[in-house]
Amino acid sequence: MTVYLLRRLFQSLLVLVAMSLIVFVGVYAVGDPVEILISPDADQAERARAIVALGLDKPLWQQYLVFVQNALRGDLGRSFVYNEPALQLILQKMPATMELALGATVFAILVGLPLGLYAGLHPDSGGAKAIMAGSILGFSLPTFWVGLMLIMVFAVQLGWLPSTGRGDTLWGWSFLTPNGLSHLVLPSINLALFKISLVIRLTRSGVRETMLMDYVKFARAKGLSRNRVTYVHVFKNILIPVVTVVGLELGSTIAFSVVTESVFAWPGMGKLIIDSINVLDRPVIVAYLMIIVLMFIVINLVVDIMYSVLDPRVRLEGQG
Amino acid sequence: MFQQGFAVTATLEVRDLQTHFFTRAGVVKAVDGVSFTVERGKVLGLVGESGSGKSVTGFSIIGLVDAPGRVVGGSIWFQGKDLARLSEEEMRSLRGNRIAMIFQDPMMTLNPVLRVDTQMIETVQAHEQVDRETARQRARDALGMVGIPSPDERLMSYPHQFSGGMRQRVAIAIALLHRPDLIVADEPTTALDVTIQGQILAEVQKLAATTGTSLIWITHDLSVVAGLADDIAVMYAGRIVEDGPVSQVLDAPLHPYTVGLIGSVPSRNKRGEPLRQIPGMTPSLLKLPAGCAFRSRCERADEACLEHPALFGLREGQRARCFHPHLEEVPA
Repeated sequence: MTVYLLRRLFQSLLVLVAMSLIVFVGVYAVGDPVEILISPDADQAERARAIVALGLDKPLWQQYLVFVQNALRGDLGRSFVYNEPALQLILQKMPATMELALGATVFAILVGLPLGLYAGLHPDSGGAKAIMAGSILGFSLPTFWVGLMLIMVFAVQLGWLPSTGRGDTLWGWSFLTPNGLSHLVLPSINLALFKISLVIRLTRSGVRETMLMDYVKFARAKGLSRNRVTYVHVFKNILIPVVTVVGLELGSTIAFSVVTESVFAWPGMGKLIIDSINVLDRPVIVAYLMIIVLMFIVINLVVDIMYSVLDPRVRLEGQG
Repeated sequence: MFQQGFAVTATLEVRDLQTHFFTRAGVVKAVDGVSFTVERGKVLGLVGESGSGKSVTGFSIIGLVDAPGRVVGGSIWFQGKDLARLSEEEMRSLRGNRIAMIFQDPMMTLNPVLRVDTQMIETVQAHEQVDRETARQRARDALGMVGIPSPDERLMSYPHQFSGGMRQRVAIAIALLHRPDLIVADEPTTALDVTIQGQILAEVQKLAATTGTSLIWITHDLSVVAGLADDIAVMYAGRIVEDGPVSQVLDAPLHPYTVGLIGSVPSRNKRGEPLRQIPGMTPSLLKLPAGCAFRSRCERADEACLEHPALFGLREGQRARCFHPHLEEVPA
């Protein structure tokens, strides 16, 4: 177990280094932030001063080394635009994205699990076929378009729910106030759409597989009621893969909330990164991606460990 | 709905049972007109190759034939009721209660994510209104009865913490929880070591004798049947081709298929000689040849076998579905 963890940590470190290098070079190749950041009517002296202040006068490899030096001390640089530490900037926006992602996960489970269960138990019924067709839409409809449709129907025409912003917050969280909660609904559904489809398909195939197992037949041979067989014997078995995938998907939900946050003007990390890319605010871009990578590494590790806890037959030694 | 004319001692009377599977490729007559009786406290060995319909017969009795299969004809008389015509709820209340079943692969019969106590207590509570503690008590007694040491600890274990033989004992204990009148055992010892197999067989035999439980023992292993069963029914291609008392059938088989089956048991062959076998394989149930289904593999077959043979009563208590039975061999 310890060997496994050490190896995983070392691998993660390599990923982080590679990641930062790629982003650094990538942003450098995309364009010169100086052109965007410094007002066009500034004179030469002002320009030169600004460039030195941002540390952009040095060659790229030196800039990278300075970045690494600072990063090792926990400092991921200052935003060119806000002149605040990039890390702090991102962490401020984190609760917004977190609650959006968690809201989406809750929707995915609350909607996906029952629908998938139904589709798996009655695979030939019309309802099941409709659900499966619907899940294909969930996979293939573009998020931004669905977001716009949601706004048009529920915010503009029906006027039931607000379409922009986080509403009232309590201790930085929207879901703690009724008004904030109402702001959270539409973006959560929008972000959940893909995951609902995923959970439906996972659950359905899990149910169909499990129903054929001998232990389900044995459970029926014991004279258990249909409900007991379904909700205890089948359900508990399909929960393991569903929990695993939903857990792993949490990372990508946070990372890809960019589109939803833009459509609903949700002031989270996704909106921040899009704005930062627009003005080539390199410290923020790098810091954001580092955090996302770190998050993926941690989530994967936690899921791996959880799996070995859930199922004692799984051992984490050797491989990895 | 009582029917007249049955021996009162019979626990189970299966009459002309037909279970068909309606597949895309056509109708598979997995069980096609099977009749047999199991007396109280007796063991019937249901023998045949894979695909002969013996397991489907077992599942038909307990009402667990899954789509696309269906019991399409015949009757299954059990305690004055025709199981083939019971509602799902009536059937559920019998399953695991009056009729229990033991499955082939003990590694697969217990739910891997539920503790043994959960799986046993739910069985008790499915048929009787008792509290958890009483149910647990019953579960513990049942585990003790099938020879599981320290049953209290074992109740708290998960199935993967048991060996195959132990898991089969747990499954048997579950089957015994309500002291059923009939147990359908579908090759329960096939997946086990020969020593464990012996222990389980002895255990089951003892239990059947003391509780008066009837058994249908489905197997392809004649040596198991020889030691355990009172009667035997040999199935081939969805039909019974020979039945009778076990000693009689095994010592003086009438049907060429039974003769072949017995000949295929390795220990019966002489040392040094090539092992004997039945040529060919079971015909596809989708396109059975006309007449005797065993015709194509039988050395005795002739034009007469193009007709479908009935079950002829050829000796006292012994019947065979054959026009050319092995009558010349006299029982030893």
